[in-house]
Amino acid sequence: MGSLKFDENVCATCPSADCLIKCQYMDFEEDEAHNEMMKIVKGLDSRVLHDCVTCYACEEYCRRGNHPFYLIGERREEKGIYTASRAITNQWINLTQMQGKPMVGTVKDKALSSCFIPDLGALGSGELFKEVFPAVTFGAEFMCPAVHTHFAKMSVVKERLPKVMENFKKLGVKEVICLHDECYGTYTSIAQAYGMEVPFKPVYYMDFLLTRLKELKDRIIPLNIKAAYQRPCSNRLIPHKHRLVQEIMDYIGVDMPGRKYQGENSLCCAEIIRSVAGYKLADDIQGRNIDDMLEAGAEYCVFNCPACQSSLSEKVSKKGLKPVHIIDLCKMAVGEKGREG
Amino acid sequence: MKNIYEALVEIMGERGVSNRPEEIWFYGRDPGVLPPHPPDYVVAPETTEQVQKVVQLANREKIPVVPMGNGMALTGLVIPLKGGIVMDMKRMNKILEVNEMARYVVVEGGTSQGMLKAHLRDHYPRLRHSLPDAPPTTTIAANVSLHGQGCLTQQYGFNSDMVSGLEVVLPTGELCKIGSPSLGPYWFSKGPSLPDLSGLFLGWLGTTGIFTKVGLKLYPNKKIREMEIFVTDKAELVPEIIYKLTHLEMLEDLIAWFQPKPLMFKDNYHLTIYFTGDSEKEIEFKRTMIWDALQEFIDNKDGGFMNVQAMKPNLMENPQRGIAAFADVPRGGGFEYSGPITLIELYPQFAAKVVELAEKYDVIYSSAARVISGGHSMMFSISFAFNRADPAMMERVKKALDEATEYALKMGGIPWKPNYMEQKMTMDHMDPNTLKLLRMIKKNLDPHGIMNPGNWEPAP
Amino acid sequence: MEYARQIEHADIVHRCFRCGYCKFPEDYVDFNCPSYKAFGWDTFSPGGRMWLIRAWLNKELETSPHFSRILYSCVACGNCKDQCVYPRFKDYLLNVFEEAKAELVNEGRIPPEVRDYFKAVSVNGNPYKQPQEERGQWADGLGLKEFTDQEYLFYVGCVGSYDEVGQRMARSVGQLLSETGVSIGILGKEETCDGHEVKVLGETGLFTALAEENIMKFKKKGIEKIITLDPHALNVFRKDYPKLRGNFEVFHYTEILSQLIRNNQIPLSNYQAKVTYHDPCYLGRHNLILEPPREVLKGLPGIELVEMRRKGLSAFCCGGGGGNFFTDMVGSGENNPARIRIKEALDTGAEIVAVACPQCAKMLDDAIKSEGQEDWLEVLDLSELVNRVRSK
Repeated sequence: MGSLKFDENVCATCPSADCLIKCQYMDFEEDEAHNEMMKIVKGLDSRVLHDCVTCYACEEYCRRGNHPFYLIGERREEKGIYTASRAITNQWINLTQMQGKPMVGTVKDKALSSCFIPDLGALGSGELFKEVFPAVTFGAEFMCPAVHTHFAKMSVVKERLPKVMENFKKLGVKEVICLHDECYGTYTSIAQAYGMEVPFKPVYYMDFLLTRLKELKDRIIPLNIKAAYQRPCSNRLIPHKHRLVQEIMDYIGVDMPGRKYQGENSLCCAEIIRSVAGYKLADDIQGRNIDDMLEAGAEYCVFNCPACQSSLSEKVSKKGLKPVHIIDLCKMAVGEKGREG
Repeated sequence: MKNIYEALVEIMGERGVSNRPEEIWFYGRDPGVLPPHPPDYVVAPETTEQVQKVVQLANREKIPVVPMGNGMALTGLVIPLKGGIVMDMKRMNKILEVNEMARYVVVEGGTSQGMLKAHLRDHYPRLRHSLPDAPPTTTIAANVSLHGQGCLTQQYGFNSDMVSGLEVVLPTGELCKIGSPSLGPYWFSKGPSLPDLSGLFLGWLGTTGIFTKVGLKLYPNKKIREMEIFVTDKAELVPEIIYKLTHLEMLEDLIAWFQPKPLMFKDNYHLTIYFTGDSEKEIEFKRTMIWDALQEFIDNKDGGFMNVQAMKPNLMENPQRGIAAFADVPRGGGFEYSGPITLIELYPQFAAKVVELAEKYDVIYSSAARVISGGHSMMFSISFAFNRADPAMMERVKKALDEATEYALKMGGIPWKPNYMEQKMTMDHMDPNTLKLLRMIKKNLDPHGIMNPGNWEPAP
Repeated sequence: MEYARQIEHADIVHRCFRCGYCKFPEDYVDFNCPSYKAFGWDTFSPGGRMWLIRAWLNKELETSPHFSRILYSCVACGNCKDQCVYPRFKDYLLNVFEEAKAELVNEGRIPPEVRDYFKAVSVNGNPYKQPQEERGQWADGLGLKEFTDQEYLFYVGCVGSYDEVGQRMARSVGQLLSETGVSIGILGKEETCDGHEVKVLGETGLFTALAEENIMKFKKKGIEKIITLDPHALNVFRKDYPKLRGNFEVFHYTEILSQLIRNNQIPLSNYQAKVTYHDPCYLGRHNLILEPPREVLKGLPGIELVEMRRKGLSAFCCGGGGGNFFTDMVGSGENNPARIRIKEALDTGAEIVAVACPQCAKMLDDAIKSEGQEDWLEVLDLSELVNRVRSK
């Protein structure tokens, strides 16, 4: 089991304490933020350990390569501080338990990972994924365990992640195309933070998608629509990949009007927050988020993560926005899917 | 018995009677674990007059008559324990009247739950009835005759409490109207303010007469139906959670359930909370009240609301197809349950008993407790699935269910739709004078003991 | 040694809970199993059949004429498999029924009507006991060419070749396709039975012989694409012929018509009529061709499509499936499915019931007469309707 590589000096010498200063769900003065973070570093109690809603954003806010979010999770678990109820925490642990029922397609050098999310199986199909679709993997055996960080169960992450990577290794793959943003984040951020070697090359699906779109250039009919993008929490683990959204949108003729809550300021879909901090905060976040999308003039709400999509689809639909996954948007652009979204 | 067959044909016509081996085989069993017993004849009446004539014949010849809906009680209540005539009522399936303003419907004795649902949706979208969790082929008459429950039971009581009038063929063949239809054309009350004679038939499992018409109360069908699921890992908290939720007086339905599989449900107790409204505003208000009611459990990390998006399509179905699917968990086409009516405060003890029995008899369990009448009691189902091709497993399930009923009685509960052996256990526990009264009523109504004999049959 | 009954899917028979969802359409409006509706005993429902078949396989029940009737009155409409709540075995319900019938055939204990059907097909190549030479007479005077190198084979089947209503329909479709420039050829007197009903009724040997003969013939003639008149033929060509290495691109004529209408290849005038559409089971439920026929209707100026209460995947079968068109095991009384369906059509206020299957056409045509509704309602196949709307 790996252990977190966390450099105390990086925090001790941090001039900004951006990790907490920029937090959208807790308010801190600058000195206070630094002090609270140092308490966490030293293993002391901090209000952060009780109030953090687990949005992952501090992983992006920290520009000095430390891992504040993983440390918060470690400390919470050490102190037995649950984020959500025991029942919900255990439900996630049980739900994602490996049961020896993975689904593996015809895998050779490459695997197309659907994580443990059925919706991804349908998304990763069609012309865009024609070559890799037969190499699909699905199941708890191939699921990135990052979700347990929301519940401060870092031990589960540490226990399961090596097994998942070993499962891929057994398939003999060299590359794993991750349809779930969180998988890519896990293999490139969590694994690295815990000193775990990744026995394959993780490929971010948006990189793959962009390459395919370029190959299918002649089939693309610009969609000429306005869309708001719902950035998922896991994208905070891989902020350098966020630019791909804009590149893809540009390529398929989707305008993303400026919003208050975009980029670093993106708001969480709030599904986990509902479990962790209750409905009032979750409703407030979702309300502000959707209002912001509408104020920007968006017609579509574009998702990257199926969990965000599940959480927000009904709500955005009721407000007149069309929910659609970014892959489906690309399928619309190449004429594989109708415009209903 | 040849002359009986001919007499039945005379009453029913060829199409309405069978003594062929196929019907005799089929109508001699139900999907539960009790052994079959063949009838001598099966009849399927299309008119009240036919029902009367068959009963008159049976009474005269002292032949048992077993009324049957879809036969899904699972506890052998339609197995003709002493042979005779099984009367399949499903051809009498007309919806005779809906009084929209008085919110009631009058149906024939074989009308299915599904057809009433479809009829109301098509013609009276503002109204609904209390659909049970049973498949839609089950009949309204059978459901009320065994004090069934449905999706409105939390609000309005047992489905039999919702009866608003009856037409019954008595064991001697007379046709008798019960409640307001005995005085006039309206079917708005089964008893009050008269002496409530419906009690002579409701809950008697077809041992005191055959329902040829049932009046049933209908209720507002709100435009929006919603749900939440609260999860806790402590059974001992479930009664208090239910108490707080029912205190709101806002819920449509409330069901506490637990099951070991799929794995995500393991070790937790789930409360499915249904609520309705005519506007988003009403729904959000109710949702807020529900969340607030349970905030202390959330704050203590004792429970939380789970994400229901994936499960919602199945759980919002009414009736839920997934409930019947439990029968295929052991890939074997069967389940049966003991469903005692008991106090909600006993939930933890009953929950522990389910697990104990499942382990003792090595069977697959599932349990769902429906809150009745705003919290006065609950129906606590102890369900075990079995493989129909595995007689040993069926025997283990039978023993587990028997023990569950014994336990329920010991805990002061009342078995729901008990099989004939559970009825006996119940009568053994019953106050002697109550039993005497029961016997007296039955003897007077059914002097020859022809109606579903073997059921509610106290030792002389 | 005692004969042991066996069917391929015996391992799922005991798994039916006979909950009864299979009797209903999706929204429970009425019983949707034609034989249950007709006979009114649970034994005639899909669950009843499953339970009886189990008892019969276990030798708790013996073969009897009544048992055979129970099996053979199944119209194979497929409603049960769509509505069954058991995803792990629902898709095999019809296989179980078909396999049990095949076992009855093996035992030689089939109803006389079924026996006669097999005999007629076996001896004459068609169930009408008509000479093979007359098989192509339906096309006389139409100018349709024998298949040589056209794009499509237009396969009409036994009903289209010999039945009066079927012939009318075959002529109408053939003429329409030909006049609108679709490259079709026919087999005429060389055409033989597709074997669909033979298979559904359980005569697997005869079916294999018919299918192999057809496959050989099609291949020899270089046939790659087929347009069928009859959805039953479509079904067997698409689902069963490939198992015998007969891989063809198969279309139902309504799919071609909808393309022609969509592409404005048929000049249309106007014809005012209220029309309801009856989904044939082998087109709708079995092959999910639900929209093309409706696209045709919606594309006809003046035609108002009024749907019946049960439609699409929940449509009520005319009662002719599963070979009942020929064997009539369901019977023709008041509870006859076609008569019930006609009453449902009348409820819509339509003047025309549009159909897309020659068997449905005949069944519903007869039912209109039985119901005495000839003055109010007529049955027309989609091509006949298109012909009424065509600019002459």
